[in-house]
Amino acid sequence: MAHASDLIASDIDAYLESHQYKSLLRFITCGSVDDGKSTLIGRLLYESHLVFEDHLATLAADSAKVGTQGGDLDFALLLDGLSAEREQGITIDVAYRFFSTERRKFIVADTPGHEQYTRNMVTGASTADLAVILIDARKGVLTQTRRHSFLVSLLGIKRVVVAINKMDLVDYSHEVYSAIETEYSDFAGRIGLDDITFIPLSALKGDNVVDVSQRMRWYHGPTLMGHLETVQVDDDLAEAPFRMPVQWVNRPNLDFRGFSGRIVGGTIRPGDLVRVLPAGTTSKVDRIVTFDGDLDRAIAGQSVTITLADEIDASRGDLICAGDAPAEVADQFEAHIVWMHEDEMLPGRSYLMKIGTRTVGVTLGHPKYRIDVNNLDHLAATTLDLNEIGVCNLSLDRPIPFDPYDHNRETGGFVIIDKLTHNTVGAGLLHFALRRSHNIHWQKVQVDKQARTEINNHRSGVVWFTGLSGSGKSTIANIVESKLHLLGVRTYLLDGDNVRHGLNRDLGFTDADRVENIRRIAEVSRLMVDAGLVVLVSFISPFRAERQLARSRVEQGEFIEVHVDTPLDVAESRDPKGLYAKARAGELANFTGIDSPYEPPEVAEVHVDTTSMSAESAADAIIATLQSIGIIA
Amino acid sequence: MTDIVDRPSSDRIPAGRLTHLQRLEAEAIHIMREAVAESDRPAMLYSVGKDSSVMLHLAIKAFYPSLPPFPLVHVDTTWKFNEMYAFRDQTAARLGLDLIVHQNPECVARGINPFDHGSAVHTDMWKTEGLKQVIDQHRFDLCFGGARRDEEKSRAKERVFSVRSAQHQWDPKRQRPELWSTYNARRSNGETLRVFPISNWTELDVWQYVHLEQIPIVPLYYSAPRPVVDRDGVLIMVDDDRMRLGDGELPMVKNVRFRTLGCYPLSGAIESDADSLTGIIQEMLLTTTSERQGRIIDFDGSASMEKKKQEGYF
Repeated sequence: MAHASDLIASDIDAYLESHQYKSLLRFITCGSVDDGKSTLIGRLLYESHLVFEDHLATLAADSAKVGTQGGDLDFALLLDGLSAEREQGITIDVAYRFFSTERRKFIVADTPGHEQYTRNMVTGASTADLAVILIDARKGVLTQTRRHSFLVSLLGIKRVVVAINKMDLVDYSHEVYSAIETEYSDFAGRIGLDDITFIPLSALKGDNVVDVSQRMRWYHGPTLMGHLETVQVDDDLAEAPFRMPVQWVNRPNLDFRGFSGRIVGGTIRPGDLVRVLPAGTTSKVDRIVTFDGDLDRAIAGQSVTITLADEIDASRGDLICAGDAPAEVADQFEAHIVWMHEDEMLPGRSYLMKIGTRTVGVTLGHPKYRIDVNNLDHLAATTLDLNEIGVCNLSLDRPIPFDPYDHNRETGGFVIIDKLTHNTVGAGLLHFALRRSHNIHWQKVQVDKQARTEINNHRSGVVWFTGLSGSGKSTIANIVESKLHLLGVRTYLLDGDNVRHGLNRDLGFTDADRVENIRRIAEVSRLMVDAGLVVLVSFISPFRAERQLARSRVEQGEFIEVHVDTPLDVAESRDPKGLYAKARAGELANFTGIDSPYEPPEVAEVHVDTTSMSAESAADAIIATLQSIGIIA
Repeated sequence: MTDIVDRPSSDRIPAGRLTHLQRLEAEAIHIMREAVAESDRPAMLYSVGKDSSVMLHLAIKAFYPSLPPFPLVHVDTTWKFNEMYAFRDQTAARLGLDLIVHQNPECVARGINPFDHGSAVHTDMWKTEGLKQVIDQHRFDLCFGGARRDEEKSRAKERVFSVRSAQHQWDPKRQRPELWSTYNARRSNGETLRVFPISNWTELDVWQYVHLEQIPIVPLYYSAPRPVVDRDGVLIMVDDDRMRLGDGELPMVKNVRFRTLGCYPLSGAIESDADSLTGIIQEMLLTTTSERQGRIIDFDGSASMEKKKQEGYF
């Protein structure tokens, strides 16, 4: 890494001084290995003298062993990381590379260009200031070029470099270059990309990468490195309204209460009026505290601790905003969703959503449409699979402050987390709040649950029976209802089969439909609990997450989960409706226990082992539980 | 009042922009606060090297005026340089931080050392197993580490928040996508997280930051006359009388320093006269050998770090 080696050798202090004030540019490269992308990045690293001698020795050895450039150095090998990938000859994840020049430090997100690209590219693009889109001069604008450009535009990267590579293979032809420029500009205009720089180059030969090519004198623009070193990118955020998500309340002693966070938009000074969302309280900034002393100004990108003039309540997840330009607050949105997990998105299931430093519960609606990233067509969809992008409505369990993603990526972008596995399963970009969430409020009623309960002589609640088909849920539920009826308890039995004849007749048995099936039943149960009834629900309800959802719909102490536990072979041998036989014969798809999973409860209020307990005694145990938690006397 | 943006001599950067080091510092602080806010029992792994010094400095900044709300954990092998132990204890005392030193009791009992058991067994037993033990014993759910993506090819894809199974396994397929600066720190039963706040720093960034912030580092990084032996072209310092010398092998005193620090019998010194911070940086900038070459642990093959990671080594 011997750049500026003269200055380093003669005056290291001057060198360090000059390098302290370099700026940082994060960019993403889009293209496939075939476009010479890895070669290009390898070349940038090599040309900025960042490849060390021992790395070069490894590179030479690897080039000889698995290289694709004959005897020449295969720069692509500098980049491949995990050994399994190296053997396959493809990169399958986002890798981050670093190099620096006299003017700038660069962080490159390197993502693969093959079919499983969306998750990785979206991840890499989310932190990039600029995108370099590679085009093979011989092939021109391809489907993948359009795909990459759409994702770049979607993720809000405003500045694009189109690197027309392999110019050496088209005789450095100006005509080839111009044709690609025209075709790409036409397409880019349609997806809202307008800040585009075209650079003809050869990563393999080095033309216009760092040094101006002598073989393309018709080109008068910058080299790739020259452009990357000088392009301005960080003005937008500094101009945005002030935003700082509170990460941590800093309380070293009773006299100090600061709000620590990283500023994600705008500028702040002591004395500025701020508004803390979602509560909406206002105060003035008292101090901007850092280890290096109090600041009289702090800007987007800095991590600081702010103290306020008034004792107002703010905690992790709140958003401190400019008083005169606060973010919006809402709980229902339309958003782009990028699905990132092998398990498909389940509309109606409750997930976690992390936006900034705030985590809330979210339910995703059915996609309005899915986007074909190759041609931007809108396609009908009932769910989203891995690497698919769609537009959905979101419903949150409480209001959040936000900005449209186009205005601020940090306050408009969010990740979706599975409640059980805690995997990050998707990402989303908020566009706007749905107006209905402002306008539809719970109708205040005069007669409430309390009042209804008082004229009954019991409280209301849900007894939720879950278990395999044929396990005996309905049998036991019927006995329980008969016994409750004799005790004068107002009941209603919701049975899976019966409900599917009416309310849920439009639903099938895919995972997504099963989730919606349970969501509706959970809501109906909630209304019935509100009406003062003891609701008996007899549904296979195979997924824990949905049973959890149903539980969350009512108050603590109003939900009794009954696991009717029957081994699959026993249930199958009973087969009261002949369904197992059909499923085994392949006539019935997605049958729980056969080709669709059943997730048993981890802790149920009542566990019924039907191999050792009669339906009658199971019913008695359930009645006893209802008595012990005080639903019935 | 001073303003970071308008520090003396910062007129080279236009108002409203941060330098690369300011951005890296702010990012690391943000990561540390996220991790602490979303964990119950965090800890910082402290290896006494320069990266650890930088991590510690960042932690002090991140939580100021509070102290960092977590202990430092040193997974010790008993084979570190004596100067490292002295520096470690002074640093913890100076900053007023809790220091937990863990030595794998099985290694202590069996006297595991690099001479009799080789570097692979030595490292696995003391460091990999020792780390798992201390995490389990103290039920830490999140540990900060100072690894950087530029150190080694397999680390280029490491996440900032890296999930480990209850058995401390790293599964490349289970790592979570990280978008914007939104990190998913949720854990299922028994899972733990390793968090790497200086992932995006390079070796030069670290040195520049040490220089700019005047962060104390172990004197072993500076050149001094030290007794060494030459083992196949690698200079090994004779740090105490446990060092095994070959027949007729005599330590020579040479002006040497270390680019990376570990167990003294496994750390190669370089001949150098650089006895100041700027001298070190100058030498590093002019050199053409990458950082990890001094670490014998990496010589087992180019994918070896990835294997170690899957087994639970950082």
